[in-house]
Amino acid sequence: MDAHQAAELAARASYGRLVAYLASRWRDLARAEDALGDSLVAALETWPRTGVPGKPEAWLLTAARRHLVDGARHTKVEAAALADLRLVVDEAHEAMSAEAVFPDERLKLLFTCAHPAIDEAARTPLMLQTVLGLDAARIASAFLVAPAAMGQRLVRVKAKIRGAGIRFAIPEPPELPARLEAVLEAIYAAYGSGWEDVAGGDPRRRGLAEEAIWLGRLVVGLLPDEPEARGLLALMLHCEARRGARRSLGGAYVPLTQQDIGLWSRPMIEEAEEILADAARSGRPGRFQLEAAIQSAHAQRAVTGRTDWDAIALLYEGLLRCAPTIGARVGHAAALGELRGAEAGLAALEAIPADAVKAYQPYWALRAHLLKTLRRSEQAEQAYDRAMALSEDAAVREFLADQAAR
Amino acid sequence: MKYTVLIYEREADFKARTDETRKGAYWGAYRAYTLALQEAGVMIGGAGLEPPHMATTVRQQHGQRQVQDGPFAEAKEQLGGYYVIEVPDLDKALEWAARCPAASTGAVEVRPNLSM
Repeated sequence: MDAHQAAELAARASYGRLVAYLASRWRDLARAEDALGDSLVAALETWPRTGVPGKPEAWLLTAARRHLVDGARHTKVEAAALADLRLVVDEAHEAMSAEAVFPDERLKLLFTCAHPAIDEAARTPLMLQTVLGLDAARIASAFLVAPAAMGQRLVRVKAKIRGAGIRFAIPEPPELPARLEAVLEAIYAAYGSGWEDVAGGDPRRRGLAEEAIWLGRLVVGLLPDEPEARGLLALMLHCEARRGARRSLGGAYVPLTQQDIGLWSRPMIEEAEEILADAARSGRPGRFQLEAAIQSAHAQRAVTGRTDWDAIALLYEGLLRCAPTIGARVGHAAALGELRGAEAGLAALEAIPADAVKAYQPYWALRAHLLKTLRRSEQAEQAYDRAMALSEDAAVREFLADQAAR
Repeated sequence: MKYTVLIYEREADFKARTDETRKGAYWGAYRAYTLALQEAGVMIGGAGLEPPHMATTVRQQHGQRQVQDGPFAEAKEQLGGYYVIEVPDLDKALEWAARCPAASTGAVEVRPNLSM
């Protein structure tokens, strides 16, 4: 990480802490963000040059103060709200001088963003905007939505948080698991969106994978006893470790089993393994730990020189028991195809309801591969066509066309 | 904050109100729920409503009054009553709403009251 990136991460972290602090006391997320206004932009411009200030939250709050006064002068904020705001800002200043470490309410904010009363499609974008300060246009393009529509969606959600009286708090134990799952799922969705852009060529998605990993680290830091949070972080790190190996020098798609292990990031794999081992010690397995374990098994190829499909198929069976998603079923079928032959893989694929996989690219790519292995050429060709039609990435389309022609 | 808990019931729930074998359980559940709200000090008001076939819908269009028999929208679940409660936040409101008998048979909608 270079100095510029470090400054950006610090700016986003302090911004997130400050938004979370103001919002949890003021219950008005939109205004908290408004109040901090351009201070994040100023920090992103200044800190890479000057270094991160000693008290980053104090720096941001001072930068925001001018904006607050201007806002008040333009009577954007009603008098009563302004008095509230002054109180909260004063409190924040007090907290900064009284405590060595500024209180971190970001976890509350993440859980608030994942409240079931909030539109599901808006939860991840809301987290990215409030906790990382990403702007609506960038979030919109990453999620393939028009910026204006995303902007409106986020405004609506924040109005609902305030209007419906959604509490800024970590939920009570009976509700915690479901909400934590929503937080983790949202982070994973953000990572997935960044991961799809494998070549890094899509400026709309640039950095989204890193930011998701950063959120993952944040949740692990704030909830160190939750093994699933560690599982998700390990999963993302395992995937991220292979970023450099996913394309050839010429930009061609390279499937996982053919990737050059020399291009995998060893430090990232080692970190992922350590985190996953920590999670396993809790004795509470879960979906993300199993998914990370599957990726860990793939990573073992760097050590043993072969892929242990037996272990991978078993892990998928475990995953199917706790999270029977379409992705897990297709992954299981792929492992069976390697372990017991194309016939067995195809049988597992065909057990998936046809309606669920109509537009699921990995299903069609695997189906094409298995049919081809079984020399059922005509059906294979149809499946390749379907897989290509469903691919967003040109390199993947070329790879499939090449396979189909062999 | 003040919230209104809107109770949506199915045809079968409305029938249970007068059905000899089921009315005891139906009214017993609502009496217990109302009592719990009162004892917790969160209940502000509310009413049970006659079934949808007793409803009349009015629209004033182009200076003409249009009166129609029945509720304004046909739906499987219909408004059967409401409570107004005062609690600190949505989570508390949802907690109370989930205990409402209709939550298990029909649906319960929670809306913050406009502050006026």
